[in-house]
Amino acid sequence: MRVNFTVNGRPQEADDVWEGESLLYVLRERLGLPGSKNACEQGECGSCTVRLDGVPVCSCLVAAGQVEGREVVTVEGLAEYAKQRSRGGSAGTSLDEAQRWAAQGTDSRTGEGTGSSPRAALSSVQQAFIDAGAVQCGFCTPGLLVAADEMLEHNPDPTDADIREALSGNLCRCTGYEKIMDAVRLAAARQGEAV
Amino acid sequence: MDFLRPASWEEALAAKAAHPTAVPIAGGTDVMVEINFDHRRPEYLLDLNRVGDLYEWEVGEDSVRLGASVPYTRIMENLRAELPGLAIASHTVASPQIRNRGGVGGNLGTASPAGDAHPALLAAGAEVEAVSVRGSRRIPIDDFYTGVKRNALAPDELIRSVHIKKAEGPQQFSKVGTRNAMVIAVCAFGLALHPETRTVRTGIGSAAPTPVRARAAEEFLNAALDEGGFWENGKIITPSVAKQFADLCAAACNPIDDVRGTANYRRHAVGVMARRTLTWTWESYRGARHASHPKGGAA
Ligand SMILES: Cc1cc2nc3c(=O)[nH]c(=O)nc-3n(C[C@H](O)[C@H](O)[C@H](O)COP(=O)(O)OP(=O)(O)OC[C@H]3O[C@@H](n4cnc5c(N)ncnc54)[C@H](O)[C@@H]3O)c2cc1C
Ligand code: FES
Ligand code: FES
Repeated sequence: MRVNFTVNGRPQEADDVWEGESLLYVLRERLGLPGSKNACEQGECGSCTVRLDGVPVCSCLVAAGQVEGREVVTVEGLAEYAKQRSRGGSAGTSLDEAQRWAAQGTDSRTGEGTGSSPRAALSSVQQAFIDAGAVQCGFCTPGLLVAADEMLEHNPDPTDADIREALSGNLCRCTGYEKIMDAVRLAAARQGEAV
Repeated sequence: MDFLRPASWEEALAAKAAHPTAVPIAGGTDVMVEINFDHRRPEYLLDLNRVGDLYEWEVGEDSVRLGASVPYTRIMENLRAELPGLAIASHTVASPQIRNRGGVGGNLGTASPAGDAHPALLAAGAEVEAVSVRGSRRIPIDDFYTGVKRNALAPDELIRSVHIKKAEGPQQFSKVGTRNAMVIAVCAFGLALHPETRTVRTGIGSAAPTPVRARAAEEFLNAALDEGGFWENGKIITPSVAKQFADLCAAACNPIDDVRGTANYRRHAVGVMARRTLTWTWESYRGARHASHPKGGAA
């Protein structure tokens, strides 16, 4: 079957989708957006977290046909999404841009941009994960970024308990979570300063 | 496989009548796991996401009509006052991502003995509104669970909503698991005080082939509270009464040994949760009584 939906602010069409296929599979294998990770396919790990009509969900548990006509934001579109949110506009990320998206972080020591291309500055949450050392193997990172960004969107000044609750559906096998906590606190603090 | 995508409730009922083997999919948090792991290859998937009615709830005089697909997150956020037991139970389900998708209709559809909504529904008192093109009926929650992962729905029926009695007294829900998030209950317990009818109702999860009430325990406690005039005098429940209640709740279990826990542990834990939830709810009943009938002097 064919599925039409919006990904990162732009309309997309996926063809030859099997009826039992997950949204995660469509994103990774049909649209070439491997940012959302597949680690368990049973809702346990959160590494496939995306936003569906604004709401964080495990994309491995959404049937592709269920997203017809709806809006999905993946980690590849997160920076632009956060930028638009702060400006109150909406432009979106094209599939091509999203596929080529690579972290263009600011080097935490020199403060200089490390990327060669001007596009895709990081969202505050992404930059904070780098600065706080919250990324080791990185497999859990995309899901955590989407979940953390969504929490900060409606709870700009979270307590530690709020952060733990919001990230309780995301497993990390490397960091022991402390650096992740640091990163989210840092992002919240920087957001607070910016206002 | 075919993907059926009804745009309205009527279309959904017609699709289910035309294809009784179709598997409804709401949040997908049970169905997709089975499909991803090849445990299930339904001929038809019947998507309920576009049926807006299923995402709404109405607060009536005596009960809440909860649409089958209202996600747990919405229940926690909006219905804590009317359905405190179910709201607490909802909060213990899985993770934010799962609670944003899954709901009570899916929990009832799966009818797992470990489903967290069940003890809360049994304790509060509820009816499942089952509808087909043939008409609509209300199945009392006590008759809904018919076996391990079996329920009373006919093949052409869908759950439209659940009618749950509004709380007229304190309710609690308690669950045993290895961590706070993402835990399938080792066992769970729901308790509701119904001061207007002077009764207490219970619900036990994961400790029998289906979710069950501890009826003998309820009868014992109702009689003991009545005899002692507890509802009127608001005294602390005697420890021996609480213990007997807990023992009878444990005796209502018919658990198995499995990876999550042994039968003995489950019986023990249900007894502990029964005593605790009774203490918590009774304390808050006494507190509320006290606040509404101050007995003069400094409290
Ligand atoms: C990681 C993970 C953790 C979980 N943890 C918990 C937990 O802690 N506690 C808990 O109780 N559950 C848990 N679950 C199970 C699941 O989330 C719940 O059972 C949830 O309530 C299912 O709702 P759903 O809308 O996603 O159901 P779906 O998967 O869409 O459907 C479930 C079943 O109900 C049927 N169905 C759905 N809607 C209707 C309807 N309107 N009429 C008739 N049949 C219908 C479907 O055909 C299917 O058989 C967990 C699941 C996952 C993946
Ligand atoms: S891959 Fe979806 S939750 Fe693990
Ligand atoms: S950094 Fe490796 S799983 Fe989290």
